[in-house]
Amino acid sequence: MRLIAIGVAAGFFGALFGVGGGIVMVPLLIIAVGFSQRPAMATSLAAIGLIALEGVIFYAAYGDLKPVEAAVVGVPAAFGAIAGTALQQRLANRTLSLGFACLLAAVGVKLLL
Amino acid sequence: MEYALAVLLGLVAGVLAGLFGVGGGILFVPTLTFVLGLEQLHAQATSLLAILPTVVVGTWRQRRYGNVRSRAALVLGVAGVAGVLAGGQLAETLPEHALRRLFGILMLAVAAQIVWRSLRPQRVAP
Repeated sequence: MRLIAIGVAAGFFGALFGVGGGIVMVPLLIIAVGFSQRPAMATSLAAIGLIALEGVIFYAAYGDLKPVEAAVVGVPAAFGAIAGTALQQRLANRTLSLGFACLLAAVGVKLLL
Repeated sequence: MEYALAVLLGLVAGVLAGLFGVGGGILFVPTLTFVLGLEQLHAQATSLLAILPTVVVGTWRQRRYGNVRSRAALVLGVAGVAGVLAGGQLAETLPEHALRRLFGILMLAVAAQIVWRSLRPQRVAP
């Protein structure tokens, strides 16, 4: 029952913002369902695949998809993600995380202004 | 030239997503609007398509580690249909500037989540 509610919330966020919905799913799976961090992230990833696919079908019906642009950023990103996940154990530290958070916050503020 | 930059930023987005355990979408949408000049709605729709290759590769790797709870993922994904319909309808009706602002707030929320995770005493790798 909780999973259904989380799935609906993730789908709503995902379609509204064009993101996977991991930002709502991962914390909720940990807090409300009692998953530990790794299974929560991995399960969320698999669910994001389904949610993104549903969103793609929805927006395709409205003619909002740009397949060429999607491939231009999406295909290199898949390779980048493999490298990023491998680097994670060695490289991710507090300074880097805070730097990345600052970058996101800066773009966020730019969008708000 | 814009496409070369977008390919580079796509690669960087993937590395950062893997490194910090966030989805690619949060970085795809600004890349699509600022670099390739897409409207916010088109960028968000296109981002969902761009996410798929990363998610498929990531899920395949995580399955090998036995971290994916398949039944739970299926329930989440199927229940997601209702949310997708509601969220998609809302995105279709909201004006461009409202969508941009909402996305800006989302980026600040993700930034806050990363700060919170990195400041917790024991760092848990995803």
